[in-house]
Amino acid sequence: MTDPRVIAVVPARNEEGAIGDVVDEIRRCNSLFDVVVIDDGSTDDTAGVAASRGAAVVRLPYNLGIGGAVQTGFQYALEEGYDRAVRLDGDGQHDPSALALLLGPIERDEADIVIGSRFVHGSGAYRPPLGRRIGISWFAKLVSVLTRQRVTDTTSGFQAMNRKGISLFARDYPNDYPEVEATLLVYKHRLRLVELPVEMREREHGESSITFARSIYYAIKVTLALLVAMARKHAVPEEEAGTG
Amino acid sequence: MTPIRISIAASIASLLLLLIVFELIRGRRLKERYALLWIATGLVLLVLSAWRDGLNMVAGWLGVSTYPPAILFAVATLFIIIVLLYYSTVLSKLADENTILAQRLALLEQRLTYVCDGVTVRAADREPGSEHPGETG
Repeated sequence: MTDPRVIAVVPARNEEGAIGDVVDEIRRCNSLFDVVVIDDGSTDDTAGVAASRGAAVVRLPYNLGIGGAVQTGFQYALEEGYDRAVRLDGDGQHDPSALALLLGPIERDEADIVIGSRFVHGSGAYRPPLGRRIGISWFAKLVSVLTRQRVTDTTSGFQAMNRKGISLFARDYPNDYPEVEATLLVYKHRLRLVELPVEMREREHGESSITFARSIYYAIKVTLALLVAMARKHAVPEEEAGTG
Repeated sequence: MTPIRISIAASIASLLLLLIVFELIRGRRLKERYALLWIATGLVLLVLSAWRDGLNMVAGWLGVSTYPPAILFAVATLFIIIVLLYYSTVLSKLADENTILAQRLALLEQRLTYVCDGVTVRAADREPGSEHPGETG
C-alpha cells in the first residue's frame, strides 16, 4: 500500500508577489505534495514564478473566474490520477500547515470533503468587513436550512477532498463565488462534508477579487442559483472505474 | 377599424424584415436555425398587417376593437421577447462550451510542456535532498 498521492490546487490571478511563497510553503509543510497552480488569465508573471518554484502550471487562455479555474485544477487532479486534492488560494491567506489537519478526516474515511471554516467554534478571531460578514452568515444559514446540516462557512476556499470529491468537482463546479453552490452540490451527491476550524491570515499582496458592489450582485445571484439548484436533479456521481 | 395606411406600412415593414432575413441566410451570415424565429415573426406580422379582417377579429377577442393596430405592437413585442430569451439560452450554452474549451486547451498545453521539455517537475522528483525520492515517474 503506497501513500495516497496528494495534489495542492492553487488558483491564482495576478499573484506574482505571493504565489512563490505559497508554493514554497506548501512544499515545506508537506514535501510529498505536488502543487498545480491554475493561472486564471494573469497579466503578470504568476505562471513564470510558480513554474520556477517547481509547481505544475496550467495557464488558462483567458480569465474564467474562480469557479472555472478551480474546476480546471480538479480536472488536472482527476486526469493525473491523484487520490486526494487540497485547495488553497494563491494569495497566501490560507496557511498550508493546516493542510494535514484538513486531510485527517479523509484519511480516516470519515469525510469525502473537508472545509476549513473560519467560524466553527474554536477558530481564531477572523473578522471580515461587515458586508462580507453578513453575506457569509446569510449563505451559511441558507445552506444549513437547505442541506439540513449545520454549515458555518460556505465561502471558504480552503478545502481537502478524496477522489470522490475530485471527480464530482471536475465534472460539475459552479462559477462566481462557487463554494456556496458547491456545498449544496456536495449534499445533493450525498458526499460526506466535515468542517474544521482554521485560522485565516490577512492578505499579503493584491486585493480580494470581491468588492462591495459586486458582493451584492453575487449575493442575489448565488441565492437564486441555490434555490434553482435545489429544484434541479443531480446525478449521483458514477462509480469510479479503475483509472490508470 | 384599422386605418388602411397602417395596414400598408406594416405589410411593407414585415415584407422588408422577411427579405432581409432571407438575404442574410442566402449570404450565409445567418444560420437557418437562428433565422426560423425571425421568419415566424415576419410571417405572423405580415398576415396580421395584410389581413385586415383578421386583425379586427383578434382585436375584438382581446377587447381592443377601438384600435386594432395595438395587436400588431403586442405581437411584435411578444416575438422580440421570445427571440431574446432564445438568444440568452444560446449565449449561455456558448459560454459553457467556451469554458470547457479553455480548460481543455490549458490542460493539454500543460501536458505538452511537461512532455516536451520537462520544465514541470513534480515535488518528489525535484528536491535533491528529499526523503522520498520520486516514485511517480
